[in-house]
Amino acid sequence: MALAGALVARHAFATTDQAKDWLAGHAKGAPKDGKVSLKAPEIAENGNAVPLTVSVDSEMSDKTWVKAIYIAADGNPNPGVAVYEFTPLSGKAEVSLRVRLQQTQKLVAVAEMNDGTLFTASREIKVTIGGCGG
Amino acid sequence: MADDIKPRLRVPTSAKKGEVVEIKTLITHPMETGLRKDSDGKLVPRLIVNALAVTYNDKPVLNARLEPAVSANPYLAFFLKVDESGTLKFTWTDDNKQSWSAESKIEVT
Repeated sequence: MALAGALVARHAFATTDQAKDWLAGHAKGAPKDGKVSLKAPEIAENGNAVPLTVSVDSEMSDKTWVKAIYIAADGNPNPGVAVYEFTPLSGKAEVSLRVRLQQTQKLVAVAEMNDGTLFTASREIKVTIGGCGG
Repeated sequence: MADDIKPRLRVPTSAKKGEVVEIKTLITHPMETGLRKDSDGKLVPRLIVNALAVTYNDKPVLNARLEPAVSANPYLAFFLKVDESGTLKFTWTDDNKQSWSAESKIEVT
């Protein structure tokens, strides 16, 4: 436990504001709640590989499509997680991945539509054993 | 170590015209965050796969940019709308600009 304490003290963690800034650096504007959903376990026993699915409820046609999904986390050493850029060829704006979570924290996703409209959703995940190689 | 890096794909071999199919990929890669220390207490330099580009018949389908928060052996599942037979091509790139490619054919039935 002493070791875990030392590791926590050594790393500076991203904050909720840094996660917001990271997202704002990718998607300009004020995101509205809705359309985006994050699926992940409520409690992750192993923070090294937490399954996460982000989907956006939208058609994927040549007129209306989801241009990108940006994912950030507010309790890791760095706020960014990943960016996925889609085209109408994607058919469905959904990605599944596995993320490292150092501690219990909130994951935030922002979806950018082809017209620039932004939508967002977030989800807290409780982490029993942190990842990130500390 | 670089020899151990191997892309894996799960792509359907056939689909109906207009069908949206799920594609699953994984590349075996340690995704060193740059924060981990080795047994001598030295920081292991950051080395991650930071990008994945997917095209179908050379048209872009998905571009992913990954940060160290993505787990080792990065897994990704996504979707593709199949309007014509073709080749789905994947290219992963790491911090050293080394890249790995894989491809898979889908036939419209």
